Amino acid sequence: MRRVAVVVFPGSNSEIETVDACRDAGSDPYYVWHKDTDLKHADAVILPGGFSYGDYLRSGAIARFSPIMDAVAAHARAGGPLLGICNGFQILCEAGLLPGGLVRNDRLRYVSRPVRLRVEAVDTPFTNAYRRGEEITVPIAHGDGRYVADAPTLAALEAEGRVVWRYIGENPNGSTNGIAGVTNAGHNVVGIMPHPERLNAPVLGGQDGARVFFSLEARDATQPVGHLRAVGGQHSGV
Amino acid sequence: MPAFRVEVRVMPRGALLDPQGQAVTHALQALGFGEVAGARVGKHLVLTVSAADSGAAETRVRAMCDRLLANPVTEDYQVAVEPA
Repeated sequence: MRRVAVVVFPGSNSEIETVDACRDAGSDPYYVWHKDTDLKHADAVILPGGFSYGDYLRSGAIARFSPIMDAVAAHARAGGPLLGICNGFQILCEAGLLPGGLVRNDRLRYVSRPVRLRVEAVDTPFTNAYRRGEEITVPIAHGDGRYVADAPTLAALEAEGRVVWRYIGENPNGSTNGIAGVTNAGHNVVGIMPHPERLNAPVLGGQDGARVFFSLEARDATQPVGHLRAVGGQHSGV
Repeated sequence: MPAFRVEVRVMPRGALLDPQGQAVTHALQALGFGEVAGARVGKHLVLTVSAADSGAAETRVRAMCDRLLANPVTEDYQVAVEPA
């Protein structure tokens, strides 16, 4: 059972679903307020979605200077698993913990609907319970989700297998190369624009997002956890 | 210390698609301003800063831009200093 710190900023709005998804996956999640400076011995850290500081100036630009972010950066530097979802991804880019940035959607509209994704990298703490190339459905809900980076950075991400998820079919926001999520060079820091915590149980209409959280536990799991079951190294829906 | 009025112009990187600029261009053209070949939309910030002189004010504001006011991945900025 991993201890998962879910950081709450003023304007976060997905922390409850994120904690629920961690709990369903068998973890021990808890909230950490952004003004705290201690992650309380977290095994993993998640920055949830929302609109921290009202997205003033740029999405994530002010949250990255919250007091807790020093501890978050130290956790990442030590190789600890760190996931940013939506606004959390924007904060990680602003903080320089992930490369590139997220700018206004190409059609200028906030987009909230399910999208199809391909899981491209399974060597991260948040995707190891997926199969490489697996196609999943997860909702997006963002206005600033178009991933951009300079050409050398993009080339490195592609060459090193650090694009973790890619939109398939229609590109909902004009993201470069259809990128929906990336990881750092150490593969321990991961950012994703879609919301896996919003589609993690059959009652919600699907559970393709559940294994993002289950991946943290998958190595040790032998029992059914939430709606997922690990048998002989394979993790599948029940 | 004297006060300076510092204007900061933050613009999306030239190589980046600027959908707001494109929307403004199309709207102007639809209104009959066919001479508009392009528009880009950025941000204009006006700071009031105390500093020993205008050079010191500019140095400090550039540091503010690098840390917070602009994102070097997606934006460029220009700084103009004048007495407040």
